[in-house]
Formats: sequence, C-alpha cells, structure tokens
Amino acid sequence: MRKILVLFAHPKYEHSEVNQAMIRSISELENVEIRDLYELYPDFNISIQQEQEALIQADVVIWHHPIYWYSCPPLLKQWIDLVLEFGWAYGPGGVYLKGKYLLNAITSGGSDLAYSKEGRNQHPIVDFLLPFEQTGKLCLMNYLAPFHVSGTFKITDSELEDQAKAYREFVLELRDSEQIDRPIRTNPLLK
Amino acid sequence: MNGFLANAVIYIIAAIICVPLAKRLGMGSVLGYLLAGILIGPYLLGFITNEGQGQDIMHATEFGVVMMLFLIGLELEPKNLWKIRDLIIRIGLSQVLVTALLVFCVGILIPIPWQISLAIALSMALSSTAIVLQSLKERNEMNSKLGKMSFGVLLMQDIAVIPILAILPLLVVASPDLTTAHTDDMHGLIESLPGWAQTLSIFAAIGIVVLLGRYGFGPLLNFVAKTRLRELFTASALLIVVGISYLMELVGLSPALGAFLAGVILANSPYRHALESDLEPFKGLLLGLFFMAVGSTINFSLIYKEASTVFTLTLGIILLKTLVLLVLGKVKKLHLTTNLKFAIGLSQVGEFSFVTYAFAQQLGIFEQSLTDTLMAVTALSMTISPVLMLVFDKFIIPMMSKNPETKEQKMDTFQEKNKVILIGFGHFGSTLGRFLRASGVEATILDSDPERIEYLRKMGFKVYFGDGTRAELLQSAGAEEASILISAIDNTEYSLKLVELCKQEFPHLEVMIRAKNRYDAFELMEKGVTNIYREHLDTSIKMGEDVLKKLGFRAHTVHRMAKQFHDYDEAALKVLINYKNNQDEYISKNRQQIEMQESLLSGELMRKFSVNDHTWDSDGIKEAEKKSK
Repeated sequence: MRKILVLFAHPKYEHSEVNQAMIRSISELENVEIRDLYELYPDFNISIQQEQEALIQADVVIWHHPIYWYSCPPLLKQWIDLVLEFGWAYGPGGVYLKGKYLLNAITSGGSDLAYSKEGRNQHPIVDFLLPFEQTGKLCLMNYLAPFHVSGTFKITDSELEDQAKAYREFVLELRDSEQIDRPIRTNPLLK
Repeated sequence: MNGFLANAVIYIIAAIICVPLAKRLGMGSVLGYLLAGILIGPYLLGFITNEGQGQDIMHATEFGVVMMLFLIGLELEPKNLWKIRDLIIRIGLSQVLVTALLVFCVGILIPIPWQISLAIALSMALSSTAIVLQSLKERNEMNSKLGKMSFGVLLMQDIAVIPILAILPLLVVASPDLTTAHTDDMHGLIESLPGWAQTLSIFAAIGIVVLLGRYGFGPLLNFVAKTRLRELFTASALLIVVGISYLMELVGLSPALGAFLAGVILANSPYRHALESDLEPFKGLLLGLFFMAVGSTINFSLIYKEASTVFTLTLGIILLKTLVLLVLGKVKKLHLTTNLKFAIGLSQVGEFSFVTYAFAQQLGIFEQSLTDTLMAVTALSMTISPVLMLVFDKFIIPMMSKNPETKEQKMDTFQEKNKVILIGFGHFGSTLGRFLRASGVEATILDSDPERIEYLRKMGFKVYFGDGTRAELLQSAGAEEASILISAIDNTEYSLKLVELCKQEFPHLEVMIRAKNRYDAFELMEKGVTNIYREHLDTSIKMGEDVLKKLGFRAHTVHRMAKQFHDYDEAALKVLINYKNNQDEYISKNRQQIEMQESLLSGELMRKFSVNDHTWDSDGIKEAEKKSK
C-alpha cells in the first residue's frame, strides 16, 4: 500500500463545489494525507521543514489545484519555489524525491474541447502542464498523466458526483495497484 | 556699574548680542564670547572696570573646563580611551616637551634667566582645552582624526599640569623663603606631608575616584532617580563633578583630569545621557563666562604701549607652536589641510597659563610687569587663534580644495551612534526593540523607570535613563545622527510634546508614534504625524482572525479580510478627522463610518468577497456563459 500525499491549493475553497466534492471523496482514506496549503499558510509563509518531512513519507505526490490562467494558484508555485530546495530535491545530493510518483489533479472551467488544438485555448491540457512535468523530472520523479475535471462552469450535480467517485477510485488505484503505468505522453487523457 | 544683578545683566546682554552675531558671520561661539568680553572690558565700554575683576570671574568660571572634561569623559568609554593611548602618550608628550624646549631656548637666547625661561616655556607649551574642544564640538569634528589627535594632545597637557606645578617651586632657588608661604593655596592640605605620603595620597585619591565611579555613583543616581525629582538629579550630577574636583585639588591634581577620569568610568552607566543633558547647560554657561572673562582681561593699554613686544611675542609663540604641531601631524601622516587645522587649532596659549603666571609671580619668579605682558600675550593668542582658524576655514581651504587630493579621511567614531532612538521600553517598546535587535538593528533606548533599566541592563540591553522630551537628552542620545525616533510611550500628551520638540529641534527625524486610540491618533495627525500606530488595532484584528478560523472560516480568506479591514479602518480615520472639529457632525459621521464598516463586512460575506474584489469568484463567468448560450 503506497502512501499518497495530496497537496491541495485553492484560494477560495469555500466557493468551489467541485473541489469540495473531490476532497470529500478522498478524505478519511487510509494512507492518504491531504495538506490544505491555503489553510496551513494563509500568509504564504510556508514551513519548508514540515513540507519536506511530509514529502519524504510519501510514495505518490498529487498537486491538486484549479487551473487559473493556465497554471496553478500562487501558493502552490510558492510551495514549489521554497520546498524543492537545491541539494535536497535536485542538484548534488538532491535525491530525496527520487523514484516517487508525481501528478497534477486539476479542475478547469473550460471543457475538453476548449483545451484542444481546435478549441479556444489552442492546446491540450498536458501542454500547459509542461512546467510541472519538467519540475518532476528534474527531481528524478516519475511524472504521471493528470486527473482532470473539465468544464466545471457547466457541470451538473450528477456529473460532479461521478467525477468525485472517479477521483476516489483513481486515488485508491494509485494507493493499491501493483504497478502504476500512466505515462503522460502516450496515454490518452483520462476522462 | 556694581552689584551682582547689574553685572549679570551686562554679561548676558553682551553674550546675547555678540555670540549669535559671531555665529552668523561664520565664527565659532568662542570668538563671539571673547569679543563680547573685549567689548564690555575696561578698554572699550568699561562695564568691567579693571582686569582684576575679569580675572576673578575667569578663575570662578574655570570650573566650566572641569565640567567639559567630565562630559567628554562620559562620551569616551575606557576601551576607546585605550585605543588612542598612542596619540596621548607619543604625540601629546612630544608636543609638550618639544614646544617647551624651543621656548626655553628662545628665552635663553634673548637672554632672560633660565628659571624664568623655563617657567614661561612650561606655561606656554599648553594649549587651551576650552577653546579647542569647544570649537571642535561646534564643528562636529570630535570624532574625526583631527579631533582625536587634538584631544590626545590636550589630554596629555592636562596630565602635564601636575609635574609643571611641582617643578615651579623648585625654580625659586634664589629666594627659598617665598615657597612655603604661597604654595598652600595651590597644593592644598597634603603639602605639609612628606614626599612619599604625598605620592600615596595622590594614588589614593585616584583610587577613590575609580571606586566611586564603579560602585558609588551608580547607586546614588539610581536612588535619586527613583525620587523622580529632576532638580535632585541635577544636584547629584553637580555633586559628582564638584566633589571630584575638590578631592583632586586636595591632593594637588588637576580637577579637570579627575573629572575626566570619573566621566570615563561613568561612560558605561545607564545615566550617561541624563548626566550629559543635565550638566551641559552649566558647562556652556560657565565656559561662555570664562571666554568673556578672558576677553575682558586683555590689557589694551599695555598692548598699545608695548605693541611691538606683545605682538612679536604673541605671533612668535603662535608660529612656534604651529610649526611643532605641523611636524607632529606630518609624522602621524595627516593630510596637509587637516594638519594645518590641527596645528592652528592648538596654537594658542592655554587658560592654564593664567594659573602658572600667578603662581610664578607668587613664588617670586616673575615680576608684575612680566606677568602682565605674558597675560596679554596669552589672552591675545587665545583671541587670535580662533580668528586664524576662521580665516583658514573661509579662505585658505577653499583655495586649497581646488586641489582634488584634499579629501579628508575620517577615522572610526568614538561611539557608534544608532540610526534608531526608541523611547519607552515597557511591554510595547521592548517587543519592538527585541524585534529590531533580532533583525540586526540596534536602537538607542531611553526609559524613565530606574528599576526597569536595571533589570534590562542585566538582560544585556543598552537602556539609558532619561526623559525624552528634553532636547539636550535627545541630543546626547544621538538625535542629530539618528534617522528614526520611536515613541513607545503609553502617554499621548508626552508623545505630543515629543513630536513638537522633534519638529523644532530635529526636523530630519522620522517620527513614529504609538497611539492609544482613535482620538489620540487624531491629535497626532493634526500635528502632522503620519506614522501612527494604534496599539490595539493589530492585536484585536488578529484575535478576530483566530475567532473566525475557529468558527470554520478559511484561513486565507480571513487573512485577506483582516488586511482589508485594517486598511479600511486606517482610511476611515483620515476621513473622520475632517469632521472632528464640528462635534455634531463628527458624531453622525462616526456613526456613518461604523455603518459603512458593517455594511462592508457583511457585504463581503454576502458577495462571497468584498465589494470591489471578485477574485477567484467564477459566478460572473458562469452567468456570462449562460447568457452566451
């Protein structure tokens, strides 16, 4: 059984029905730790030590956040800047994250169509995740294809329920399956 | 013109007219006082009828020099004194010996008897501590290399006073009967003791001063400070200086030296700034009177009669001293401009010679006429050297500074002055001070509670005793050099006084004030203070934040709301102040402000965030999407 670490970053969680449903579906699962970054560090003063300790424990790291302007909310970027230190996460001696799995669990207002070559955003979602992918690679981590809930502007209650369930299944699979095979470049996007 | 009050009026009026005039003309206050003295002296306006009267005043006011050295000692911690020991011993001693030797040789060549030559030579080797230090302080040059060199020389000269007074009686080989008759008033009680006992009592006296400085004065001042009677504190400060002077005179030492020693020992005391500010006016007054007395003793009829002799001697001695000092400055690698300043500054004959002349005359070494001539020469040199300095400053330096090499090098300062002055070290001030110190910023701290100071000193804070609403105290705490003044005092009236004072005396200081509440803040705002810190504001909002979080609000949301609320409250203050004077309108406006605050807050909740802030709010986008369908 792998240890899952969900690093959740949403500046206005109380207004996000989608993320509330998703987080609710995976909370209280065994070996799944959710760190609510905006609740832990409302003033952006991140405790590097605590975050690194949590990372060492984990086998799978999930950056769970909404997509804002084709990227993550600022506190998660702050987290990346501060916690992934030179000599710890990368560079000489930076081997503490080596071999761990990493992926983004994201929500977007735009639909899958919007995130395609033909759509308004002109690129598939994975293209926008390139910085995260490369960050993981630099830290010698296995970067996996994202879990993506799209079209949240128009999502219905039953659709949301399905997505929340899917997220729970997804996390459980990461936790329990013998092998994780989810390369970002070859697999089609998970719906 | 007779009577104490009449004299006082004359002196003060002369000073009030001459000193500001001199300052305006770019001369130092020393020259102003000297000119005032000449003006009221027997040869111009004749308010002071004879030189004898001037001399009496001079002797009485010499005490100003003692106080000045005590104050200088206060600014000089022992370790800093140790740093300049080389200057004091080598440069100082060479100056005294070489100058004395040269004057002695000139005397022999004239020729005059060697005893007289030696007495003159020793007297004239000394410079005027009063004039030089006062000018250096006025020009803010005490901490420069020039200031330190000058100070080193002057200190050595003060030490030299002891052997000089001892040597003079030995010169009276011709008429030994005179010696015992007149030395009593110079050497005090121990004269009758045998040599070894005299030496012993001198060391004992110095030991007493050191011990008192270490262990006696602190508890005394502490005890007095607790009574919170300021005049009593001033009296104690005077007691320290007068007492030490008395002790020194008793054993035949220079009172100035003893006072200086006590000052050095007290330099680390928490009462340092308070002592400074209490004694400063006395020192200033006494020195001013002293300079005026010197001016009034200049015997112009003698100068007129023997113009060539007096002027030749005066210019001769100034030239000779200048040359000796120039050589010494050269050895110490002073730059030419600095060296000239150093040499000209110390080129006059000092006030101490008045004492030695009188002493030598009592001993029968000098004739009355010789004493008169020498007095005239000395007083004249004391007047001429500041004039020379002025000429040098105003005309020679500008000419020389066309040469690009004339940049002056400054040495380390005696005492590192802090950028921040923190007044009040209670709960508020100490938290602030600790935070600043944790960030590597040292503040000069003033507090008026002796017990707290004692405790904090034990904890390693440099806290000084004193009332910050006094200009002199702020001055000695370094208000001239500081850039920020913080009042962490829980008393708005006090803070208002402080603000007023800073506006007048130290307009360059950025003033940051703790205020109790909105109403105090208004008063401070009306005085033009912009950095106002209402003591409850941040803490109560912080507490509110925690309450909201415990009730289940999101931490980051609360954090942002707290900031907005804080900013809103500060902004509302600026609006409210315009209505403060109209009481009726103020109340209604205040009520209106509260209503605004309430509506803003509830608005934030209803609208899921503030009126003007739709951050991370996708409702608008959702609606737009629906419409576009």
